[in-house]
Amino acid sequence: MSPSGAEFIRQIKTQIAEVDPADVHSKLDGGANGNGGVAVVDVRESDEIAQGHIPGAKLVPRGFLESRIEGAVPDRSQHVVVYCASGNRSALAAKTLSELGYEHVESMTGGITLWKDRGYKVDVPRKITAEQRERYSRHMLVPEIGAEGQYKLLDAKVLLLGAGGLGSPTALYLAAAGVGTIGIVDDDVVDLSNLQRQVIHTTDRIGTPKVESAEITMNALNPDVKVVKYETRIDASNIMEIIEGYDVIVDGVDNFPTRYLLNDATVRLKIPVVSASILGFDGQLSVFAPYEGPCYRCLYPVPPPAELAPSCGANGVLGVLPGTMGLLQATEVVKLIVGAGEPLIGRLLLYEALGATFTELKVRRDPECAICSRDPGEISDDEMGVFPDYEAFCATAG
Amino acid sequence: MAIVRIPPVLRTSTGGAKEVDATGDNIGDVLRSLGDQHPDTKTQIFSGDGALNRYVNVYLNDEDVRVLDGLDTAVGGSDVIVILPAMAGG
Repeated sequence: MSPSGAEFIRQIKTQIAEVDPADVHSKLDGGANGNGGVAVVDVRESDEIAQGHIPGAKLVPRGFLESRIEGAVPDRSQHVVVYCASGNRSALAAKTLSELGYEHVESMTGGITLWKDRGYKVDVPRKITAEQRERYSRHMLVPEIGAEGQYKLLDAKVLLLGAGGLGSPTALYLAAAGVGTIGIVDDDVVDLSNLQRQVIHTTDRIGTPKVESAEITMNALNPDVKVVKYETRIDASNIMEIIEGYDVIVDGVDNFPTRYLLNDATVRLKIPVVSASILGFDGQLSVFAPYEGPCYRCLYPVPPPAELAPSCGANGVLGVLPGTMGLLQATEVVKLIVGAGEPLIGRLLLYEALGATFTELKVRRDPECAICSRDPGEISDDEMGVFPDYEAFCATAG
Repeated sequence: MAIVRIPPVLRTSTGGAKEVDATGDNIGDVLRSLGDQHPDTKTQIFSGDGALNRYVNVYLNDEDVRVLDGLDTAVGGSDVIVILPAMAGG
């Protein structure tokens, strides 16, 4: 005769190890790295977890346990404590994990209910709407992002310099990713010749300021995003006011003076810059994180002469190329915000579209760098972006 | 024989070639060999005193030669030299 459900669970509990919440609490409390080497896994459903969970717990609903546990706890030799509401589902989950080869698994008796009764700390997750949960569900499913990473994205402030070739795809994907505040600096209007690559704009918006056109597309894609428009050309007089308070800046500008000015200001404010540039079929990409890695001037201490610095307008560019490079920028931005992976700091990535080749070069901090070799407080307003011949350079280079 | 990768802005000086084979035991010799084959590259890579122009980065494989031995950096037969000027297009 088949056992009842209750009898089945009772039998399972005889086959697994159980642990009292007091022991779990002391292990977590006493751990040198904050969790005592214990991976705590909450196997309840998302609506239950929304009422609160053990701090630092990995959230893996039991229905997805087999498919997602390796992402949450890759090391099968790690000590795993599983819990649910009262200790029944976690017993079944512990049995499953043992069968999957996890060597040291325990089910917490009494579940989160007993944990709360004992007065132990509970984290109540940030509330997001059901629509947001659905919209960002594919992020939530990725262990490197998850709910916490999505909250970071929603709280993040990213500034895009330029709503052109690079800025267009970056703006689209960062808006789609749910970056909460996206500032855009551009003083230009949409031109027919832009539309071969600047995919955030549309034919019926020719003549419209690019910041307005970008805002329309981004809000249509994701109304969560607050777009802050700066219909101006960034210069030494306004840069500090504009960039202060942003978490990451995306450099997609089309001229050297602004790139150097941006570098100097962001080093002073210690804001990381995800920088890309394009020409023809070639692209360059790097992340300049002040004082953590090299800055733009460490890589390029001085700009090239005008004849070696043509603009895209003068020389043309493959329309797809800013898409490729802009999306690599957007990827780096997301990584910086959620803290995943290895950002492209101290490395320069070259992409050559005709040959379909990527080349990675090392970029070192320059101990003699005119800007980042000094403390930020030592960089004066007068020094930022200083290149005496830059106006002439700009006029020549376009 | 080393391979020198030519950036887009210098390709008008190399007849459009993206890579040029050049001989030499060190970076200086290889770049001068490039200059012998394509004279227009000389003034773009070297300053008047024979040093590297400051706005041109040169890499031996993935390392900036300025953190190695500069123009004296030894070059092997299978090495790739990348000439890299800044680009500002966006």
